[in-house]
Amino acid sequence: MSMPTDGGRLLRYVDALREGIAQEMERDPRVFLFGLDVDDHKGIQGSTLGLLDQFGPERVFGTPMSEDAMTGVAIGAAMAGLRPIHVHIRMDFLLLCMNQLINIAAKAHSMYGGAVRVPLVVRSMIGKSWGQGAQHSQALYSMFMHVPGLKVVAPSNANDAKGCMIAAIRDDNPVIFVEHRLLYPTQAVVPESSYTVEFGRARVCARGKDITLVGVSNMVVECLRARELLLDAGIEAEVIDPISLAPLDSTTVLESALRTRRLLVADNTWTNCGASAEILARVAESGGVEAGVRMARIGFAATTCPPSPPLENEFYPNPAKIASAAYALVRGNNDDWAPDPERAALSYQLQFRGPF
Amino acid sequence: MPAYPAPDLVRLYRALRLIRRSEEEIARIYPTDKIKSPVHLSIGQEAVSVGVCDALRADDFVSPTYRCHAAYLAKGGDLKAMFAELYGKASGCARGRGGSMHMIGLDHNIIGASAVVGTTVPVALGYALALKREGKGRVVALFLGDGATEEGVFYESLNFASLHRLPALFVCENNFYAIHAPLAKRWATARLCERVATFGIPAHMIPQSDVLEIRSKAAECLEAIRAGAGPAFLECHTYRWREHVGPGEDYDFGYRNRDELRPWQDKDAVSTLGASLDPGERARVDAAVEAEIAAAIEAAEQAEWPDTRELHNYVYAD
Ligand SMILES: Cc1ncc(C[n+]2csc(CCOP(=O)(O)OP(=O)(O)O)c2C)c(N)n1
Ligand SMILES: [Mg+2]
Repeated sequence: MSMPTDGGRLLRYVDALREGIAQEMERDPRVFLFGLDVDDHKGIQGSTLGLLDQFGPERVFGTPMSEDAMTGVAIGAAMAGLRPIHVHIRMDFLLLCMNQLINIAAKAHSMYGGAVRVPLVVRSMIGKSWGQGAQHSQALYSMFMHVPGLKVVAPSNANDAKGCMIAAIRDDNPVIFVEHRLLYPTQAVVPESSYTVEFGRARVCARGKDITLVGVSNMVVECLRARELLLDAGIEAEVIDPISLAPLDSTTVLESALRTRRLLVADNTWTNCGASAEILARVAESGGVEAGVRMARIGFAATTCPPSPPLENEFYPNPAKIASAAYALVRGNNDDWAPDPERAALSYQLQFRGPF
Repeated sequence: MPAYPAPDLVRLYRALRLIRRSEEEIARIYPTDKIKSPVHLSIGQEAVSVGVCDALRADDFVSPTYRCHAAYLAKGGDLKAMFAELYGKASGCARGRGGSMHMIGLDHNIIGASAVVGTTVPVALGYALALKREGKGRVVALFLGDGATEEGVFYESLNFASLHRLPALFVCENNFYAIHAPLAKRWATARLCERVATFGIPAHMIPQSDVLEIRSKAAECLEAIRAGAGPAFLECHTYRWREHVGPGEDYDFGYRNRDELRPWQDKDAVSTLGASLDPGERARVDAAVEAEIAAAIEAAEQAEWPDTRELHNYVYAD
């Protein structure tokens, strides 16, 4: 981890991403950024705005709608010594890139005996609600966690977003970079100078003694809100942000869970074979079971994301649901405590309002 | 081009007008957030769906893109079920589980639409494969955008369709943009029809978006396809008047301007065909269309929400 040299100022997540990219492009002429719509007037919600003007069309360019081929091009360019950042406006579209990412990018370094490296960053956005429906709502990062050779990061605040972006660009391996759209307008203190956030080191965001809440990406924010609701019931939750999912720091989670004896993992996706399953499995395998840690997880309902508002409300986890699940772990399932509805309503994030 | 008798013109106009006004109503309602679904409007592009679908038989299939309202309605899709779907109501054509980008209407042989560009091209060919086996001369008209032709799956599909002489009419709605990216930034050459023709597929370009020309050309292709000639391809130039997604206009962001729009508005199928009709006839059609749309919106407003206990329904077929 390289430390910042200044105190910093408040910056939005989306601007922190852009600043990190710009600083690396400035520092290293091998870095380039491409993907559908990176060079239009919307600039991927602002995260690429201005980069074309600053670095020119050779290093910042839009592409045809050819995700599969463009991913292969990115991989080849990376092997040839460049450092591409390939941008996708939705993680669902990474499904068109899977063959190249998993059969080539993840494996090239090892199947060619270390002869090549693939320093590639693949940015993609995930989101929540507003009727995006079945194919525009998926957070598929656990598919990439499954595969050796890929790194997966999902920073939850502007400070980590910049530090992780710089670390991802400097990494000699393919890094899947996951950005939750609801985080884009959120602000944090971000140093102006360049710094990296180390992958594989979780952060304890809030201390507590009664239960450990682990949130992935935007679920960190929802866990922090759930923590406030739980304080009403006299429950102090510890909140942990893994920041990177591969490598995954389960030691920090284990240490906390051994103290609190309860562990709830909240994810922005289905729980089946997900990051939440992996985190609980690691804690269970390395002492959690013997210590009697009670464990649970919460995520999307195990169904296709429906756009109809009442169904969609049921589909997604939220701070009130996280608080209720945490309460049940701490006090036993029989108790039917629910957070105060008014406070729960206030705990919702301002929702993204469509269409895109 | 054959001369079209007056009843045909009235029918075509009615379809054009229904689509135009339905989408204008969607745009009007949109800011209320009653339609919580990303809408890709076809305003300005109606002639392609109407010209092609009018040439289809009722038992033929259509495969729309995510910009699907026009093809859905042109093929006879239920207007009430479409508005209810936009509102997320249980009476929607996908029971509130699809939204704007996933209209489906199997009662009118409308194949479900997909939000992932290009994905439905081979799926529609699967229907065509089944229709070929059936041997009744039925055809699938499959729609795609100019952007979709950049996906590898498009070329894989062309090859397979030609190899197996599938009864498929490819209809490329070339509106010159994929979101905000113009063709010049995406295509090495603009010779799409030539590219397609190398697969042994007859390909025709229709540059003026004339609804009668589109209808005639589609009818000609369909006749050959039904006779077993294999697939055909239409590249229909057209223009999207509104923003890529959402209800508004977007001529002030630098990527295009109103000068580009104007010639397309001048030859707009809805107004030109409307102007050619007897005024009394036109007024009757307009009134009937307005009444139908108002009834569909009212029905959507009043319709029940899906029952939240059914959240897990339809994940697997029983
Ligand atoms: C595979 C895939 N990549 C990217 C997107 C994002 N996207 C949605 S529509 C669109 C442009 C499609 O252009 P075109 O095929 O010409 O259709 P049009 O919108 O012009 O009707 C893009 C890039 C997507 N939905 N699917
Ligand atoms: Mg287009």
